[in-house]
Amino acid sequence: MLKVRLIPTLLLKDSRMIKTKRFGEYRDVGNPRTVAKVYDAQKADELIFLDIAATQENRHFLLETIKTVAEECFMPLTAGGGIKNVAQAREILQHGADKIAINSAAIETPEFITELSKAFGKSTVIVSIDFKKNANQKKEVFSNRGTIATGLDPVAWAREVEQRGAGEILLTSIDREGTMTGYDLDMISAVTGAVSIPVIASGGVGTIQDLVDGIKIGKASAVSAASIFHFTDQTIFKAHSHMKQAGLAVRK
Amino acid sequence: MVTIVDYGLGNLFSVAKAFESIGIPVRISADPKDLKDASHIVLPGVGAFPRGMQNLKSEGLLETLEEEVLGKKKPFLGICLGLQLLADKGYEYEESAGIGWIKGEVRILDVERQGLKVPHIGWNNLSLKKESQLFKKIKPDADFYFVHSYQLHCADKEDIVATTMYGEEITAVIEHENICAVQFHPEKSQDAGLTLLENFYQYA
Repeated sequence: MLKVRLIPTLLLKDSRMIKTKRFGEYRDVGNPRTVAKVYDAQKADELIFLDIAATQENRHFLLETIKTVAEECFMPLTAGGGIKNVAQAREILQHGADKIAINSAAIETPEFITELSKAFGKSTVIVSIDFKKNANQKKEVFSNRGTIATGLDPVAWAREVEQRGAGEILLTSIDREGTMTGYDLDMISAVTGAVSIPVIASGGVGTIQDLVDGIKIGKASAVSAASIFHFTDQTIFKAHSHMKQAGLAVRK
Repeated sequence: MVTIVDYGLGNLFSVAKAFESIGIPVRISADPKDLKDASHIVLPGVGAFPRGMQNLKSEGLLETLEEEVLGKKKPFLGICLGLQLLADKGYEYEESAGIGWIKGEVRILDVERQGLKVPHIGWNNLSLKKESQLFKKIKPDADFYFVHSYQLHCADKEDIVATTMYGEEITAVIEHENICAVQFHPEKSQDAGLTLLENFYQYA
């Protein structure tokens, strides 16, 4: 039986791991390699690395981080941040990533999703969708780390990325991110109901029950979290065990 | 020496590091000379079926692989796309011929009608159909990491060592004489995956 996945997200800025709140208020939370080793030992199901400060000049930080982690952690790794073409995606995969996450580049050039999917297979391509309430209180997709309004409706955009060849969606609520107030279950349900590819819920986990809700209520295939593992005494072990007690299929 | 076939597709780095981590000498190579010299051959692969075949042919690797694996019977391990390519035929994007060492066809997972998501991504346990050296010291309920949208339908059920359940029974492990292949990623399946790679090296 397929197990539900619990996925810590590691945000990178230069060579450090940071944590943000609503995509702002940066806090340094350590060395990504050390943290990844802990998550590996605790049997996290997958790791997502997002370089939130990636530019042409400092892309090497993400590559180096993936490479050092892949040398020691024999588990699935996803990497994203600033990937704009097939050559950059290939480079990241060659450094040990299994999947690549794209966000702003997919919005600027939707054909890029198809191009990646044809080059590396659909299951290698994650499209990351960040959304928040706009001035009219309507939820809208934002690009470039939450700074640029795109006019896209999250559900419609999710359908489009699926159609263009995405293998998975990482759905993040900017309004909830780092607040530990729980997932945006309404939006997660709307997106999981609209697409037939797996959706990873992200943004807002404050308790381990939130993880259960993301799967049971939101129907997400996987749940992502960060703050709860940095700033509380909850661990992957405890989260898995709680999810199991709640009747979810998790790894032993 | 274990030789990982570099045909421009797949996470070769992780496969090599996984072997190294358990003390097994390994190299990544696209040179037919290295395949001739190899003790074990590993064909990994992430990507689409037609591109995989195209690369194997254009790199001139196919003939050497046949000589070494079919001719000299060297232990061979296919991983993910490296399992699927062994089939006679694939249907990803278009119908195309595979390597043809294993009788069968590769078709898309037919599980969406059951409300299941495709790709099949995540950790899943296996159902062993027969004894295999590959599973020595591995707990029967161990989970392995899968990420794929297509599966190999074997024409000869005798080739199937293990399956996994995802809406339908999916071919997870095959063995045919010296040819082994796994649909999941042992190099990404933590301890159980590393044990399987060790078993391939020791007993295959």
